[in-house]
Amino acid sequence: MQGIVGYGAYIPRNRIKVEEIAKVWGADAPSYKKGLMLEEKSVPSPDQDTITMSVEASKNALKRAKIDPAEIGAVYIGSESHPYAVKPSGTVLAEVLGATPEAHTADFEFACKAGTEGMYVALSLVKADEVKYGLAVGADTSQGAPGDALEYSAAAGAAAFIFGKENLVAKSVETYAYMTDTPDFWRREYQYYPQHGGRFTGDPAYFKHVIGAARGIMEKSGMKPADFDYVIFHQPNGKFPLRVGKMLGFQREQIDPGWLVNLLGNTYSGSSPLGLTSTLDISKPGDMILIVSYGSGAGSDAFIFEVTDRIDEVRDLAPKTRYLLGKNKNYLEYGEYAKFRHKIRKAD
Amino acid sequence: MPTPSRYWREIPQRYRFETNQCAKCGLKFFPPRLICPECKNQELEEAKIEEKGKLLTYTIIRVPPHQYVDQAPYAVGIAELDDGVKLTGQIVDCDFDDLKIGMRLKLEFRKVFQEGESGILCYGYKFVPDEL
Repeated sequence: MQGIVGYGAYIPRNRIKVEEIAKVWGADAPSYKKGLMLEEKSVPSPDQDTITMSVEASKNALKRAKIDPAEIGAVYIGSESHPYAVKPSGTVLAEVLGATPEAHTADFEFACKAGTEGMYVALSLVKADEVKYGLAVGADTSQGAPGDALEYSAAAGAAAFIFGKENLVAKSVETYAYMTDTPDFWRREYQYYPQHGGRFTGDPAYFKHVIGAARGIMEKSGMKPADFDYVIFHQPNGKFPLRVGKMLGFQREQIDPGWLVNLLGNTYSGSSPLGLTSTLDISKPGDMILIVSYGSGAGSDAFIFEVTDRIDEVRDLAPKTRYLLGKNKNYLEYGEYAKFRHKIRKAD
Repeated sequence: MPTPSRYWREIPQRYRFETNQCAKCGLKFFPPRLICPECKNQELEEAKIEEKGKLLTYTIIRVPPHQYVDQAPYAVGIAELDDGVKLTGQIVDCDFDDLKIGMRLKLEFRKVFQEGESGILCYGYKFVPDEL
């Protein structure tokens, strides 16, 4: 039986409040806060990117997995903000952990579901006995165009999972993928900021694919919403995951432990994976967890995990996700935020 | 600024804190050496430095080298790691008022600098407060 051997999270300390962004653009902060169900979002420091956050999240996963990193045979980072256009992020991560040279590495990209894509492939390689351990990370330092609705939510964070067949923290019960070609959000080559289809990102995009994947995996596994202790959906804003949960028949108590978006923002490829780390932090042996990601373009990956007795041994071996979300916060003014996110054009 | 080849040569130290220590007197150094500076022994064994320690001294850099201009002002300190090795590095994620001699620090993986807009990205370690 394959599943999660170790998991870890990383969230940068900087935050910017919705009010601070709205003030600059003359927008109505209360209506944005209510409409998006967001209070603030995380912001990376200038010396942090997808690679550095992936390293820290993976080190936390290794602390819980307690394995020799040289036995990791696959290293995948899913992100839409890989620091290089040409040169892998995964090689740096594998080198830092000591997983080189006998490892397969790839960088995944599929808007916000790149993280779960890596998880899907790493888990499948473990299942097929191609590798002993597979590491997959969802990480992003996402960008929203100045003044765009995305600027209020585009955040930074990373979640890492090590998959294997022994000493499992959570058993993989079922996997399922659902995708179509739906142009709801995109960024062309050499463009700095992404563009999106506004309301088109809702019903035909997020809701269709999340519902399709959630119903598909429940049908495949013969399970219904009441069979799960917890559920995590992709969190582009606060409302979408709560609304889709209600549409599918889940209760708020099942969603809340993994619902981080109101204080974290949308960490894109890290979004639902971070929700899973936060849920594992509070779960008990025997708990059933459903996670459904979403990536524009568009598709959803779904996983069902059953938590094992080992969760009680490993939970406190690395910082918990909600601790990272609340510790040592540094609130930025918009000017500092614009500098940190390289939004200010300087002379050469 | 380092060339890609120099950066690449330092990866074992900058990424994984690999070094060596004297097989005779046990002294650990960082970066690795060919001869023990204490007993002049040339027999050395592989080692790693500890990733946690305490702050011995620090300063605030306000007039930085050109590749660090965007980061100024920033703190640079010397920490004594838990194995006795003394290491110099930038201290981040800590307000200057909170810097205290003796405070606990740990090493975190960060981008140290980049070679302009089109060169390589140089990663390595920086100190952050150890709160756990």
